[in-house]
Amino acid sequence: MAIDPVVLFFILGLSAGLMRAEMRLPSAIYEFLSVILLIAIGLKGGIELSKQPFIDLLPDISVVLVMGFILPLLAFPILYYLGRFKKADAASIAGHYGSVSVGTYAVAASYLTSLGITYEAHMPLFLVVLEIPAIIVAIVLVRGISKHTKWGQLSHEIFLGKSIVLLIGGLLIGWIAGEEGIKSISGMFFDPFKGVLALFLLEMGLIAASQVGALKRYGFFLLGFGIIFPIISSVVGISAGLFLDLSIGGAVMLATLAASASYIAVPAAMRIALPESSPTLSLTASLGVTFPFNIILGVPLYHQIATALY
Amino acid sequence: MKQYSMKLITIVTESVLEHHLEDDLDKLGIHGYTIVDARGKGSEGMRDDFWSNQGNIRIEIVCDEKTSDTVTEFLYKHYYSDYAMMLYISDVSVLRSKKF
Repeated sequence: MAIDPVVLFFILGLSAGLMRAEMRLPSAIYEFLSVILLIAIGLKGGIELSKQPFIDLLPDISVVLVMGFILPLLAFPILYYLGRFKKADAASIAGHYGSVSVGTYAVAASYLTSLGITYEAHMPLFLVVLEIPAIIVAIVLVRGISKHTKWGQLSHEIFLGKSIVLLIGGLLIGWIAGEEGIKSISGMFFDPFKGVLALFLLEMGLIAASQVGALKRYGFFLLGFGIIFPIISSVVGISAGLFLDLSIGGAVMLATLAASASYIAVPAAMRIALPESSPTLSLTASLGVTFPFNIILGVPLYHQIATALY
Repeated sequence: MKQYSMKLITIVTESVLEHHLEDDLDKLGIHGYTIVDARGKGSEGMRDDFWSNQGNIRIEIVCDEKTSDTVTEFLYKHYYSDYAMMLYISDVSVLRSKKF
């Protein structure tokens, strides 16, 4: 099977970074690319919402929400008891792994599209739903339901982060404008999607490569966790897909969402909510190990697991 | 031309704190400051501006000695233990003391 060219762009970035090539996209361009990806994904979900009543999706959303609470609760004991991390570090890493990565989602979407496999079009809703619960779990694991947690300030940090605002904004715009209305801007958001994703992944490869130095410091446990835990999560995701009677494409998407680890929304929230946890520890695992693993091997692997279980 | 002695506080810290520090400085009675993006290396390792929340910022505040003490004590108490933050204070001269 031919490798998706977007994955090759990621490998190019990763190799260039590891060889310390003089290459970097300007950070404003990287920001711009991620804005296009987020809005495009939001719009796609919004168009679907305009076709079917939101209320019909509520049972599915509830199941996915529960999954968002379960995943970090699975990760925490592994990190705390087996990995012997400090409580705050274990909780923070668990929060990263319970939440999702939009970049990984986009790669899975591109992978399925190139194979001609369809998936439920309301999948972007699940992406939004899965961003939040793990953050709450991580905080409660360390602080309990403490009065000292500034939930007001924190919810500002969580709900008004860039990714949530753009995803939900895209969803709403797609919902209000509908399929016909969005056609006028599809030249900006849908047609160049794969090209934008390719450039985005080039930069992500460079960023992932820069995490390798830190990985050497933290050792093998983090490396093993960053690969094995996503595979466990993917099985949870596929099981949820089976339970919800999703298509196989939908199950692969849900598996990828479960397996992916956050590197934007959760790190920002953790710096404010659990400042005593090490930001490099969780970013190294999520960016240096899990993101590359998911992009290069994980997504096709989850497809195979789903095929075996369906 | 007459010059007035003031203190310059320079803070280098995580950019994720920017809005929180702005609120704090407001409450501490600081009405002016300059913030720039920064990168470099320190005890927390390489800090780079991969994306907006992982980089560093440098904040410069000019104020009188008393305010400088209040600000530095506040920052030390609230941020030094858990965040990558360093600050230094220097003597500077300004032309209009009322501005600060």
